[in-house]
Amino acid sequence: MTAPVMSAKGLTRHYDVSGGLFSRSQVLRAVGGLDFELYAGKTLAVVGESGCGKSTLARLVTFIEEPTEGALTLDGKPVTRADWPDLRSSVQIVFQDPYGSLNPRQTIGTILMEPLVINRPKMSGKEREAQARKTLGLVGLRPEHFDRYPHMFSGGQRQRIAVARALMLEPKVLVLDEPVSALDLSIQSAILNLLVDLQDRLNLAYLFISHDLSVVHHVADDVIVMYLGRAVEKGSKEAVFAAPKHPYTKALLSATPRADPLAKADRIKLAGELPSPLEVGAGCPFAPRCWKTQDRCRVERPDLQGDAHLAACHFPIGPDGA
Amino acid sequence: MSKTVLSIRDFCVEIPTRHGIVRPVDGVSYDIHEGEILGVVGESGAGKSMAGNAVIDLLSPPAHVASGEIWLNGQRIDQLKGEAMRKLRGKEIGMVFQDPLTSLNPLLRIGDQLVETMQTHLNLSDSQARKRAVAALEEVGIPGAAERVNSYPHEFSGGMRQRVVIALALCAEPSLIIADEPTTALDVSVQAQIIALLKRLCRERGTAVMLITHDMGVIAEATDRVAVMYAGRLAELGPVEQVLTRPQHPYTHGLMASTPLASAGKDRLHQIPGAMPRLDAVPDGCAFHPRCPRATEVCRRPPPPKVENGLAACWHPLVEEEKVL
Repeated sequence: MTAPVMSAKGLTRHYDVSGGLFSRSQVLRAVGGLDFELYAGKTLAVVGESGCGKSTLARLVTFIEEPTEGALTLDGKPVTRADWPDLRSSVQIVFQDPYGSLNPRQTIGTILMEPLVINRPKMSGKEREAQARKTLGLVGLRPEHFDRYPHMFSGGQRQRIAVARALMLEPKVLVLDEPVSALDLSIQSAILNLLVDLQDRLNLAYLFISHDLSVVHHVADDVIVMYLGRAVEKGSKEAVFAAPKHPYTKALLSATPRADPLAKADRIKLAGELPSPLEVGAGCPFAPRCWKTQDRCRVERPDLQGDAHLAACHFPIGPDGA
Repeated sequence: MSKTVLSIRDFCVEIPTRHGIVRPVDGVSYDIHEGEILGVVGESGAGKSMAGNAVIDLLSPPAHVASGEIWLNGQRIDQLKGEAMRKLRGKEIGMVFQDPLTSLNPLLRIGDQLVETMQTHLNLSDSQARKRAVAALEEVGIPGAAERVNSYPHEFSGGMRQRVVIALALCAEPSLIIADEPTTALDVSVQAQIIALLKRLCRERGTAVMLITHDMGVIAEATDRVAVMYAGRLAELGPVEQVLTRPQHPYTHGLMASTPLASAGKDRLHQIPGAMPRLDAVPDGCAFHPRCPRATEVCRRPPPPKVENGLAACWHPLVEEEKVL
């Protein structure tokens, strides 16, 4: 087995939320005790609904924020805060909104060369331009796009530019934070195809963050399902989608509308919505919405259990679906 | 055949611009019957919301209805203006928009908003209206409706807010609801609840629903018939099973093939070459022809093909054996 490019052990991020002048401050547990590995050429997908900690995870992995507890290792070496500036070029990110993430006053060429200006100061201008033009071709844009401005591009083309910028420093890990959620269906498929091609050619490790299970099913090798900051299920895509163990995963899968009118399957309708992350009790965070809840779930928080396919549930769903 | 609630006939919306007149909605016709959910699907810029807004006279100038007719319950409404339209809106036509927070007044208790809407359109006393407000909240599944009626919008979660908006849209018992991306801002598990609610209310009350969305999953889940729009025109119109599983228009077919279906593996997804034309550069003839694998000479020449129920606006529709996805 090859060594992981990046691994996380017990990754945790808490925020202190001050409650105003007269109320006490509270701790918001955005991400709690997350373990994962990213391998070259493989995609780890993180799925969950809003407020489950997906985007905080992206900020931790890209060294924008420091974990409260736990550690990241990159290429087998533990990451410390002093290393951040050097390591950032190995981990790059593509954001959801290709309209907000490109500077409207810069040409595409300037946008693409900027990471090199900052991180490869010894490079000559000619080399920078050559590399920017090469990357432009890599993401399926034409050479004449080099001198144009972002407003001249459609959403799909802008997302290609954002991908190209992330690739300029030849990263090992690409964090994709909802990269296709803002795009139309026919554009979305083109970007997903591009990402799959780039991974094959450049042997990139992807951390793919999404709320869309059908997209995740298309791109992922491994999947982590998060609920209120914690991983509730983890395993290979095949295992998680074919035989989910955690009731939340099962409910999420059944709630996802499929573009197939004949597959009007049995729905598990979850009652209620995500509780506030400030008010997570002692037991299983999913217990208030779960149809399998028993007394034990309300007092004892389950840990991830299993070998290759893990679930954090006292009463996981068996292979028979019960 | 059940009663036709809304009938749109050869409908055009025009916007004058510096570069000439553009048509975001161009010659669209469809009907919605009692108790039916019609899905209007398309990518951004296809004109699906514009068509919905035109029905209730909510086009922002300089956009205006250029030609065509809109009939609601046998009455022509596209020429109604001002007060007459305002009476129709809310009474005969309810609206549900994407973002529930902007549809509700943050300074008013939701009970007061419901009462205000009902008293505007129905002849009810204060206590009658209040009683019906609680009943309306109960009907859309808000727990503890009797107490919650006194809450402000910010005290509700996103899904609950959208339920309130649906209660508001339904409280004057309209015959038509226009729901524009009603679940797009919501999480998957909540989305499923809202779709189920819309379907139940539509069935129980016989309300006709125009469900505007970009999400093929929602279309498959909720609708009876689908209208697929492309560059302001109808590409295909028909029963949901037929349009989604055996599409006739090459655009619908391409769109369905590019959906990452939960059953597909890590193969390449289908791509439609190019992008939707800008409104000031819609090609002559069939608007889809530059991107279409089946295009021939006839597709380039005006007039563009017309759509009928169960058929596609295409000179070369896919035949039975090609349709299977």
